[in-house]
Amino acid sequence: MSASVVVLDYGSGNVRSAVRALERVGARVELTAAADAVLAADGLVVPGVGNFHACMAGLRAVNGPYLIDRRLAGSRPVLGVCVGMQVLFDGSTEPSTGPSEPGLGEWPGTVTRLDAPVVPHMGWSPVRPGAGSRLFAGVEDQRFYFVHSYAVQQWSLEVTEAFAAVAPVVTWATHGSDFVAAVENGPLTATQFHPEKSGDAGAHLLENWVRSL
Amino acid sequence: MTVATRVIACLDVDAGRVVKGVNFANLRDAGDPVELARSYDAQGIDELTFLDVTASSGRRETTYDVVRRTAEQVFIPLTVGGGVRTVADVDALLRAGADKVGVNTAAIARPELIAEIADRFGAQVLVLSADVRRRRGPDGQALGGFVMTTHGGQVAVDLDAVQWCARAAELGAGEILLNSMDADGTKDGFDLELIAAVRAEVAIPVIASGGAGAVEHFAPAVRAGADAVLAASVFHFGELTVAAVKAALRADGVEVR
Repeated sequence: MSASVVVLDYGSGNVRSAVRALERVGARVELTAAADAVLAADGLVVPGVGNFHACMAGLRAVNGPYLIDRRLAGSRPVLGVCVGMQVLFDGSTEPSTGPSEPGLGEWPGTVTRLDAPVVPHMGWSPVRPGAGSRLFAGVEDQRFYFVHSYAVQQWSLEVTEAFAAVAPVVTWATHGSDFVAAVENGPLTATQFHPEKSGDAGAHLLENWVRSL
Repeated sequence: MTVATRVIACLDVDAGRVVKGVNFANLRDAGDPVELARSYDAQGIDELTFLDVTASSGRRETTYDVVRRTAEQVFIPLTVGGGVRTVADVDALLRAGADKVGVNTAAIARPELIAEIADRFGAQVLVLSADVRRRRGPDGQALGGFVMTTHGGQVAVDLDAVQWCARAAELGAGEILLNSMDADGTKDGFDLELIAAVRAEVAIPVIASGGAGAVEHFAPAVRAGADAVLAASVFHFGELTVAAVKAALRADGVEVR
């Protein structure tokens, strides 16, 4: 039986590619925000493009924070992509045209503007997978497609020795300065790049995630 | 190692069919944008641009259908431009499966459109498509500098191209597709002076377009300041391959995927 995946539908840009890319690696995919489907799926993908605060407002409108919390409380896998990763942190310094929204705070840290001669960071960059990464197994040396102006540039989660075995695996990339390109943390996984737009390397990475469900 | 210089192929699409013929031996239907997109993906292209040259507005649905079918089969970034006039046009293209949308004439007529699109969807979706000519006098003599054109280079407007690109970046454009109408079709190489002039004024990515005719033409465009290089007919007719262009860039010390 193939894994079931829900791509959370909250009005965020081009999600067609994410749905098709997941289907291509064997998942049964549904694009919805219906609570029962979101909670029942083997995996949940939280996409996100555009403004951090607009994405958070969109997530709240479909009760996304609650649904993500419920899934994580039950160790049910969640994958955040691009701004869908950024919202998992405490907040962002990105300006807001509406109300300023905090993030979900699953990990400590603030999303800040990249400091590089050319921003947005747009294109294919290599990554430095953290030790023991399963997400990047087989594609450690590949480039992935990024398009973003903001990122988490400081990883501040302290892991005590007692919890070392379940410490997050953090993958880094560089555009001007170093930033977090991906995190693997128990049921919660996130990528700053777009695996669904990263060709065969992205498909391989998505397959790694789908197989883990 | 850092971000790779992108090599982009551009397809002109008219009512759902590729125009300016494409000449790949192994294609079943050389006029089908979806099949061509798949072929370019297999050849290692980093990104695709569809320029919708469909004249009649009643045919827009055909374009959306092409974008939809492409996005379902090709898993690299897709930009769609041509005839985009409103926020609703952008919304429809993104929903169909475009990752980025090119805006040209409509933004010159109404610059606020750039900010409206960026506010709604984020700067990263907005590619300012700039068709640029060298400024010339009535007798065709070069006056120095660059001006904007509209309607595929047919109409020159009294707008300094470098200043316009800088203003578009301030208004929220995420990237500039810089197309030299002088170099376009010459196969003599990119307009390096134009690329350098825009690079000096903007801090968003610049795509060099117009003039590619040989593999040696691409690295100078990157050294002049381009973050990406775009070509159309030289790829379509098999005069250059994506692999050969990337090999030449790599040999010249440019990072490619």
